[in-house]
Amino acid sequence: MPDVIPENSVGLVKPEVYHFDEPLTLRSGKVLPAYDLVVETYGRLNDQGSNAILICHALSGDHHAAGYHAESDRKPGWWEECIGPGKPIDTNLFHVVCLNNLGGCSGSTGPRSINPATGRYYGPDFPVITVRDWVNSQVRLADRLGIRKWAAVIGGSLGGMQVLRWAISYPERLGHAIAIATAPKLSAQNIAFNEVARQSITSDPNFHEGRYLDFNTSPKKGLMLARMVGHITYLSEDALRSKFGKDTAEIGPGGSNFGRDLRTGKLSFGLNIDFQVESYLHYQGERFSENFDANTYLLMTKALDYFDPSVDFDGELSRAFANSDCRFFLLSFSTDWRFPPERSRELVENLLQARRQVSYIEIDADQGHDAFLLPIPRYIEAFRRYLLRVHEELSS
Amino acid sequence: MRPDLEIIRHWIEPDSRILDLGCGDGNLLQYLKETKNVFDIGLEIDADNINECLSKGVNVIQQDIDNGLANFQTDSFDTVLLTQTLQALSNPDLLIEEMLRIGRKGIVTFPNFGNWKSRLYLFNRGRMPVSKFMPYQWYDTPNIHFCTVKDFDVLCEEKNIRVLARTVVDNEHQGNWYMRAWPNFLGEIAIYHLTREPG
Repeated sequence: MPDVIPENSVGLVKPEVYHFDEPLTLRSGKVLPAYDLVVETYGRLNDQGSNAILICHALSGDHHAAGYHAESDRKPGWWEECIGPGKPIDTNLFHVVCLNNLGGCSGSTGPRSINPATGRYYGPDFPVITVRDWVNSQVRLADRLGIRKWAAVIGGSLGGMQVLRWAISYPERLGHAIAIATAPKLSAQNIAFNEVARQSITSDPNFHEGRYLDFNTSPKKGLMLARMVGHITYLSEDALRSKFGKDTAEIGPGGSNFGRDLRTGKLSFGLNIDFQVESYLHYQGERFSENFDANTYLLMTKALDYFDPSVDFDGELSRAFANSDCRFFLLSFSTDWRFPPERSRELVENLLQARRQVSYIEIDADQGHDAFLLPIPRYIEAFRRYLLRVHEELSS
Repeated sequence: MRPDLEIIRHWIEPDSRILDLGCGDGNLLQYLKETKNVFDIGLEIDADNINECLSKGVNVIQQDIDNGLANFQTDSFDTVLLTQTLQALSNPDLLIEEMLRIGRKGIVTFPNFGNWKSRLYLFNRGRMPVSKFMPYQWYDTPNIHFCTVKDFDVLCEEKNIRVLARTVVDNEHQGNWYMRAWPNFLGEIAIYHLTREPG
């Protein structure tokens, strides 16, 4: 728990649930007859309704982007570094909306919800959701909230893909598309990592073909493995080295520490956890597997794999942006090898071909893909300035 | 507005597409946006300059023009600008060609090393000219390819580049008739309007 909630935090926040009765036809052809979306908002919507910003979350995110749910919360929302009074997404200036996407496990309709058709948990029967389906559901949310046009739609990673989809499918409904550490589609290597994650989950004996909730269990081990693999890919070699590669004074008679941190100062010569990085990964994986739903993880990785807006345009990405009259701001991080700068540059090139207005910056940071969640000074400053300008344009 | 920028503004058509190579703090693009309603893209590598562009609402892409402009399509801009950057490039000749591939027209400004002050400095002191305007020593200067108005004319001729207009100003960015009469001797900043299109 923070002793005192910091002044530049949105403070205590309360999620709201919006129910939608109008069926949503998904890209797969399946239909979601009705659904809930759980939403958090921060900052006041102005009288013209023009200062709203939509935040799109990434693989493991949810609607809780900033602030605290209770005084006793140990940690704030996942994007606390960027959302709050005086922060880049300044809640004194903007009305910020963040939702848990369909298929999620934090309150919006997903595999953990009850399927009205069967009266049982959706589990593996929850339809595969694509980025396009999410955006369609977000459009309905905007309609419900009375937001005709977002000042900006913002997201990192998988969230950035939603931003691109907004710009392609609903260009008239956003002023600015801000996509951070994202890509026009996954690389084969990325899909490969996702498949390893999926296999770890589905091969867990407690998976029960996705019906684990009916068995009152969950494939925790598999989800933990999936997260461990994912986590490695979100960090850079440098980030791991600076966290775990320090020379340690207590090198026991067991031998050298090979320049990496040993947990106990000596080698176990067994299959125990020898190095700090191992216990770190175990901790991350375990904590994640306690709260997250395995079926949701499977769905999210599929949404990542399927994203490729060029498929509707004979593989020509630039044509996808032909009508995207919003302005684009793309950001990437130097050591991000999951969504490296080259992928953002590829987007820039296609946006230029489509004759779109685009700004792009590449930030030197050694934290890898995770950098987009961290308070890196140049990142924060550029982000802040861009959005300040967005706000100035609203009032002029 | 500075007279050199005023000259450039006159050469820019309203509502045209402008690419500024090394756009600095975005002042010129902002000015052209406000006065000519241009579609603007600037390329810049300095983080502080990029921030200034972001604050001004100028579209800025972090890109080192020394690494080429292959990501820009042929004829995708009306005018490509290169102001006070030519002398700092590794391959100025190749970049000029690239400019005129990407844009129908190009505008280049550079410090004229054939100016009488430079000549006098070198003649009198026998050392590379250092001034308030070009304050670097030969070993730490970012300006690695100085040229004169005459040199640039020769380059344009060799590359079949048509000079639509050429003018010079002094360091206060003011011009006058005698500067125009003896540009390579009196001009301190050269301003060229170029095209590949035949006349």
